[in-house]
Amino acid sequence: MLKAIVTVMLKKGIFDPQGRAVQNGLESIGFEGIGSVRVGKQIEIVLDTQDQANAEASVHKMCDKMLANPVVESYSFEIVEA
Amino acid sequence: MNWGVLLFPGSNCAEDCFHVIDKVLGKPVTYLWHKDTDLGDVNAIIIPGGFSYGDHLRPGAIAHLSPAMTAVKEFADKGGLVIGICNGFQILTEARMLPGSLLQNKGIKFLCQDQTLRVENAETAFTSEYETGAVVGFPIAHNEGNYYAKPKTIAEMEKNGQILFRYCNAEGEVSDATNPNGSINSIAGIINRTGNVVGMMPHPERSSDAVLGLSDGKGVFISMLKYLEEKHGLDH
Repeated sequence: MLKAIVTVMLKKGIFDPQGRAVQNGLESIGFEGIGSVRVGKQIEIVLDTQDQANAEASVHKMCDKMLANPVVESYSFEIVEA
Repeated sequence: MNWGVLLFPGSNCAEDCFHVIDKVLGKPVTYLWHKDTDLGDVNAIIIPGGFSYGDHLRPGAIAHLSPAMTAVKEFADKGGLVIGICNGFQILTEARMLPGSLLQNKGIKFLCQDQTLRVENAETAFTSEYETGAVVGFPIAHNEGNYYAKPKTIAEMEKNGQILFRYCNAEGEVSDATNPNGSINSIAGIINRTGNVVGMMPHPERSSDAVLGLSDGKGVFISMLKYLEEKHGLDH
């Protein structure tokens, strides 16, 4: 079994209100020197395969079709042993 | 003239839409289910608001891949009228039937309030009952209503008259101060290039029955009805 760890983030340049709120929160409890904060999603998918290439192709399709919205989001992933 | 209201698990404005067509317009209306592959003989489809599939992943992300949406696309490709309200708008952008996307409200808060809008283009099948520049009141209720599209897309839409409604104040003035959710150019509702698919965050169905205090929204459905009657003949 392999596991895909997918990260979905808002594209650069798109304002992330959640990230800003987290930044404000961190600063309000005294953390200094924070350039910016962006919040994304991590999606873990366990795949019933041992074939790395198959897994990659399949996860690309999942991301393109549903997991990320290419209008506003970018994605990346790594495949590890489950 | 048959209307269809498309239901997903988690839709919660469907009955309001059904009521407007059934009781306010007095026209035949039926519910369509997200698993339907055949939408029957409907002439217009309303995709109502709510939280389809719990809004998990992103609003509309799972719903737009439902079997019924393939049929909705085919219906729209043949010129059928489709309107997505709130979550319905989010579903239509996810389906790429409308450009852009709806991001989280700039102020992070879920907004539930009366809202004034300026009608930007009254020359469409969805807005002919209004005058361009008119100020109307529809409620809004959303967490992800911050409309975003690339600057080039926005410029094209502006040029083509694809912006139908903008958030404004009671005098019809549009500014950052009157923009509740951070939408680019205060965009509240848009239409596709061919003029038969509309998405809007405000809820015309919640302001269509005078008993609720506001009836400005009725114009959207009456505009659609008049267009359909003209297209298909009165006794269809």
